[in-house]
Amino acid sequence: MTVLTVDTPGSSILPRRGGFAGALSDAFWRHPLLLLILMLTPPLLWLGIIYIGSLIALLLQSFFSIDDFSGVVNPEFTLATYAQLLNGTNLDIILRTVSMAALVTLASAVLAFPIAYYAARYAKGRWKAFFYLGVMLPLWSSYLVKVYAWKLILAKEGIVTWVFAKLHLGFVLEAILSLPVIGGNSLSVSYLGTFLVFVYIWLPYMILPTQAALERVPANLIEASADLGASPRQTFRTVLLPLALPGIVAGSIFTFSLTLGDYIIPQIIGSSRLFIGQAVYAQQGTAGNVPLAAAFSVVPIVIMGLYLAAAKRLGAFDAL
Amino acid sequence: MKYLLKSCTVALASLSFVTQTVAAEPLKALSKGEGAVTIVAWAGYIERGETDKAYDWVSDFEKESGCKVSVKTAATSDEMVALMNEGGFDLVTASGDASLRLIAGKRVQPINTDLIPSFKQIDERLQSAPWHTVKGVHYGVPYLWGPNVLMYNTDAFKDKAPTSWNVVFEEQTLPDGKSNKGRVQAYDGPIYIADAAMYLMAHKPDLGIKDPYELNEDQYKAALDLLRGQRQLVSRYWHDAMIQVDDFKNEGVVASGSWPFQVNLMQADKQKIASTFPEEGVTGWADTTMLHADSEHPNCAYMWMEHSLKPKVQGDAAAWFGAVPSVPAACKGNELLTDEGCKTNGYEHFDRIKFWKTPVAKCTSQSECVPYHRWVSDYIGVIGGR
Repeated sequence: MTVLTVDTPGSSILPRRGGFAGALSDAFWRHPLLLLILMLTPPLLWLGIIYIGSLIALLLQSFFSIDDFSGVVNPEFTLATYAQLLNGTNLDIILRTVSMAALVTLASAVLAFPIAYYAARYAKGRWKAFFYLGVMLPLWSSYLVKVYAWKLILAKEGIVTWVFAKLHLGFVLEAILSLPVIGGNSLSVSYLGTFLVFVYIWLPYMILPTQAALERVPANLIEASADLGASPRQTFRTVLLPLALPGIVAGSIFTFSLTLGDYIIPQIIGSSRLFIGQAVYAQQGTAGNVPLAAAFSVVPIVIMGLYLAAAKRLGAFDAL
Repeated sequence: MKYLLKSCTVALASLSFVTQTVAAEPLKALSKGEGAVTIVAWAGYIERGETDKAYDWVSDFEKESGCKVSVKTAATSDEMVALMNEGGFDLVTASGDASLRLIAGKRVQPINTDLIPSFKQIDERLQSAPWHTVKGVHYGVPYLWGPNVLMYNTDAFKDKAPTSWNVVFEEQTLPDGKSNKGRVQAYDGPIYIADAAMYLMAHKPDLGIKDPYELNEDQYKAALDLLRGQRQLVSRYWHDAMIQVDDFKNEGVVASGSWPFQVNLMQADKQKIASTFPEEGVTGWADTTMLHADSEHPNCAYMWMEHSLKPKVQGDAAAWFGAVPSVPAACKGNELLTDEGCKTNGYEHFDRIKFWKTPVAKCTSQSECVPYHRWVSDYIGVIGGR
């Protein structure tokens, strides 16, 4: 009967495609869930075992403690290691890292906005390509090369000092460097230097999402705002900024988390005071104090968790 | 929970939970080579002429013994310990702050010195050094050693070598009329606390420090206080030899504890740099070639240990790294090291060097000492301004 139906021209029921592949294809069509499970299992296993698994192992370690006398890890549940995070030295490291990350993010946002605005609104054709290239170009060269180059630029006998001296403005630089906390003997050994390099390195990650968000703001909204009598400042505050905010927040996720986790820049440029990443490395690699290293690495996880929750409320993920 | 942990933490397992194997008996007799040997070494320790043709002490060995040499370089002592814990290597060139940890962790095996004819040629001062010989058992053969000298800028010191480490520990006006504030450096590693302790040994004898690596609470506190004062003078601590070279050139640094390596490098570059052994003495490092407990190529490893003690190899390696050979015969007639090389790199100052070793709680000179992991966290605090 089936054969008959199939041969009848004009029938809407097509013949079964024979063979294993055809059967499989049919099975998947009938049970979409099967396909989903098959497609998702390998990556989920990867994510679950390699990523989440190691993360959980790390978290477990942070509830252990190190025996003060022998230096051996004691695998019994305790919160003592977390309490250690709150002692002066460690709290300093956390506060130092978080404030640096916050300041770098703020500065990147302020710097990136006009650049992104120009690139999104005014740059056309070749200029637009040039802008994209200009922003992306630094990302193509090695991170380490850039950091070492900055060390030379900011050195006491480097080009920045030289330019200030030639302009007879050496005293300005001196005055800046004599500021209590952020100053130092030269730019390359001060917090100010670390900050400048962080901003330079992470700026592209702020410009790109901001530009993407600005491009989605319809131009006529701004014109309408002006037509209705708003001053440029009011337009910026009530129209442009709220609409671009998700992009800025998305960018800030990058700059904030990248600064939070970086351990190379503060090692090469700055006053040798540790950041979280370096502390993890020192405690794990040098001291063999894995529990404290693990507790330290929980800090950025928690901070980023809170940060992402806040960013989500601000709609940052709509702009990614 | 522990089982879960073990199954999850393959990467972390190398550290503490691994059950240690019992140390094997040393090899009784040598037989044919296994065709390969793998070595964990400091950068520049095992050269096969790839950087500079003149510096090659691997190719000949491979030809003679038929053992293919592969090298894994490590940057810190702790990295070396971690790699050896992971396993899969035959030899390691461990400094004194790693060697005892490896022995205590039973990661390395005793050496049968009868199988290494050149062992008798080794500097007598090193043959039974405490960083590789425990209870009369040798756990390796010495390779190279060197001091942490005081490097200084000859312009700033008006060609007069500083006589004391106080130029890096205490604020003062240097011979060029400017303060040393912001112009000195210190080593960015917790082992540097020993340098402070050594300075206190000479200047505060009432603290009763006998060994800068064995400090009780009071002595330790005094050393940290000295280092806190030093923090005010130091703009940046040095970590990487090349960054220190750069800081001397571009950052106006004029004095710091350093290795002969950097001194040689900058002198070759015509910088106005010299080095000296201050009156308090110096700390230093002495490296030992040690054999892994589960070595898969013990015969080749023994052949390498013998090879590494040849005067030619010792002299070449010492010249390359700015170190002192462990075999005195290497000091004469080596083209690369020259007859002056040993003296320049500190050969005659052996007795004044306090060699690096890991501070442990159960120390020998007093009842209880501050262990290394506290050195680590407290030195972080000192650098952080606490």
